[in-house]
Amino acid sequence: MLATIPTSWFVALSAVLFTMGVAGVLTRRNSIKVFMSVELMLNAANLAFVAFARQYMDQSGQLFVFFIMVVAAAEVAVGLALIVTIFRTKHSIDIDNLSDLKG
Amino acid sequence: MVGLAPFIVLLPLAGALINMFFGRALGRERSGTVAVVAAALSFGVSVGLAGALVGNGGQAVIAPAAEWISIGSFNVDWAFQVDTLSVTMMLVVTGVGTLIHIYSAGYMREDVAHNGDSGRYTRFFVYLNLFLAAMLTLVGADNYLMMFVGWEGVGLCSFLLIGFWFEKGEAGTGNAKAAMKAFIVNRVGDFGLMLAMFMIFWSTGSLTYGPVFEWFEANEAAAAAVVAAITLCLLLGAVGKSAQVPLYVWLPDAMAGPTPVSALIHAATMVTAGIYLIARSHVLFEMAPLASDVVMWIGTITAIGAATIALAQSDIKRVLAYSTISQLGFMIAAVGMGAYVAGMFHLVTHAFFKALLFLASGSVIQAVERGMHHVHDHHTDPQDMRNMGGLWGKLPVTQWTYLIGALALAGIPPLAGFWSKDEILLDAATHHPEVYTILTIAATLTAFYMGRQLVMVFGGKPRTEAAGHASESPLVMTLPLGILAVLSVVGGFINLPQFSDVPYVGELLFKNWLLASVPAEAVKFSWPVASLSSALALLSLFAALFLYASAYDDVHDKDPLAQVFGRLFTWMRDKWYIDEMYQVLIIRPYIQLSKLIGRGLDTGGIDMSMTSLGGLVRELAVGFSGFQRGFVRGYAIVMFTGAVLLLVWFYGGPGLFVQLARAFGM
Repeated sequence: MLATIPTSWFVALSAVLFTMGVAGVLTRRNSIKVFMSVELMLNAANLAFVAFARQYMDQSGQLFVFFIMVVAAAEVAVGLALIVTIFRTKHSIDIDNLSDLKG
Repeated sequence: MVGLAPFIVLLPLAGALINMFFGRALGRERSGTVAVVAAALSFGVSVGLAGALVGNGGQAVIAPAAEWISIGSFNVDWAFQVDTLSVTMMLVVTGVGTLIHIYSAGYMREDVAHNGDSGRYTRFFVYLNLFLAAMLTLVGADNYLMMFVGWEGVGLCSFLLIGFWFEKGEAGTGNAKAAMKAFIVNRVGDFGLMLAMFMIFWSTGSLTYGPVFEWFEANEAAAAAVVAAITLCLLLGAVGKSAQVPLYVWLPDAMAGPTPVSALIHAATMVTAGIYLIARSHVLFEMAPLASDVVMWIGTITAIGAATIALAQSDIKRVLAYSTISQLGFMIAAVGMGAYVAGMFHLVTHAFFKALLFLASGSVIQAVERGMHHVHDHHTDPQDMRNMGGLWGKLPVTQWTYLIGALALAGIPPLAGFWSKDEILLDAATHHPEVYTILTIAATLTAFYMGRQLVMVFGGKPRTEAAGHASESPLVMTLPLGILAVLSVVGGFINLPQFSDVPYVGELLFKNWLLASVPAEAVKFSWPVASLSSALALLSLFAALFLYASAYDDVHDKDPLAQVFGRLFTWMRDKWYIDEMYQVLIIRPYIQLSKLIGRGLDTGGIDMSMTSLGGLVRELAVGFSGFQRGFVRGYAIVMFTGAVLLLVWFYGGPGLFVQLARAFGM
């Protein structure tokens, strides 16, 4: 039996990834970068899910990961299409310029 | 025969509906014929009902037509009370009504031409037939509720017909205002009638005449107070409809309607509804001597007050209008004294001669209008008696019928007005000497203003060119005048008094006929009363002839009465300033109050609260919209912070916040 990597390491890595993602979402102005940061946060969550699934020997954690991947794929399709359309109309993908619906 | 009673209403109603939907297709001649035939058939039914009553000795019969309201033990049906009282009214309404319909066929042909809208000819007959239907519902009803339907119906028709030329009159709104005034003043009276009905229902649980009167007769002692209240409220209704003091002000203005309307509605029939109402409810009024005295005094005051105003009017129809108010006062005084037969008798004869006078005055007015047309004059007022004069000889039929009507109204024996007025005076002389004195003076004034009118219209030389070229009306108008003139002569013979103890044929026919419906006491003919009143009538008639025959030559001459009475004449001419008093006491404060409520309560209160509520929401929206800065990363931070706070909450609950706060030394 190989010495296994403790679950806490996975969770720590997941937390680091998630924090990077949050920082990216909050600080980047390029909407593609924001988008990628969101993906990073999703994958941080995925990592946490599989880590705990392994620890508790429970398949439902892995099941959730598949769901998240499917949703993320759909989100990528819609999100990138939105970004392309925004670029076509505004000739920019700077999210600070996306304020047409301001109250 | 009695089963035909509903047709008395259905026939005129059918006439109105036919003319309403097919009037234009029928054309003028035929729509007029439809209306006349409907009225005449209705008269035929009335005669049949009268025949049935003669056959059964005057027994009241109820002819049910349809079930109307049936809630638990409360039942109100469409049913017709066929008794001598209601059939008398039906005969007057349909008989005089038919004659006026015939007259209108001729009169309105010229009236619509003169006013420049021939399309309204049919509309006039729709209203007129509708009026007959409503009036016959009123008099034929066997319960207060159905009577009230007719009561409101005649009010509506009166409104529609006063405002028949609604775009004409003073400043283009005069006629419309007159119609509105009639309607609103009548509302006050209707309010009284409704209160009376509520109280009747509240006490007896029924509105049908028979059970109601039986109940009150059985509970006379216990119900004294409520009977007094009911009768006073009924009186308020009668005062409104029959144009008595203090609600008479609408009737003179109602003369804005075409003249046949003044004859039918505002002289012969509708305005007598109040007298009918009191006579119909005589059981209640007999239990309430106080209310009866109030009725008598209101009638007496009206009789004398309106007579003084009539003395000084110069509009031919206004003289007749105030005369009508005065005569209605006589009738109300009579029923107030308990002399129901005398009151109803005067109602019948008055319907004859006052309808005659109005129709004849319509004929005179159109004669002058034809004269105006002939000399291309468009400014003369064809109703102003000062613009007339010298018409005697130009209007061969109208002049004689007018004379007969005037003499009948003045109470010259043996014309109709003498017998009926004398009977009222006799009753007053027997029981209420002070009322007798006042009514005698009013009767004397009546003769005077009719003499004045005769001279001003027919006497002397024509004072305008239009009057000089006046010409007689067509046969369709003069024929009804002739028939009414005959009725005004012989109408009094239906109730010849008891001259002595020796009975004779035809004595007190009308009294014996009505005895089945209302109580009546036998009063013997009194020579002093009769001779005094006829002597005074003749004297004042001659005084008027003497005073006016010489004094009035030119349109601008002062009225001879003005020289005799001076300031008093101005007051009488200006109607004792009663209209102005209403203006100051009621209308202006009412408008002020409306403005106060409108501005203070409505705009300042209700509107304000609604507007400020809306404003508050708007302010809130503006405030919160500050958060929506359009800075996407800002939203992300808020979301993130919110997520963190939620996590903290779920993890540690509110206590954790407290601990965190302590940890940071706050």
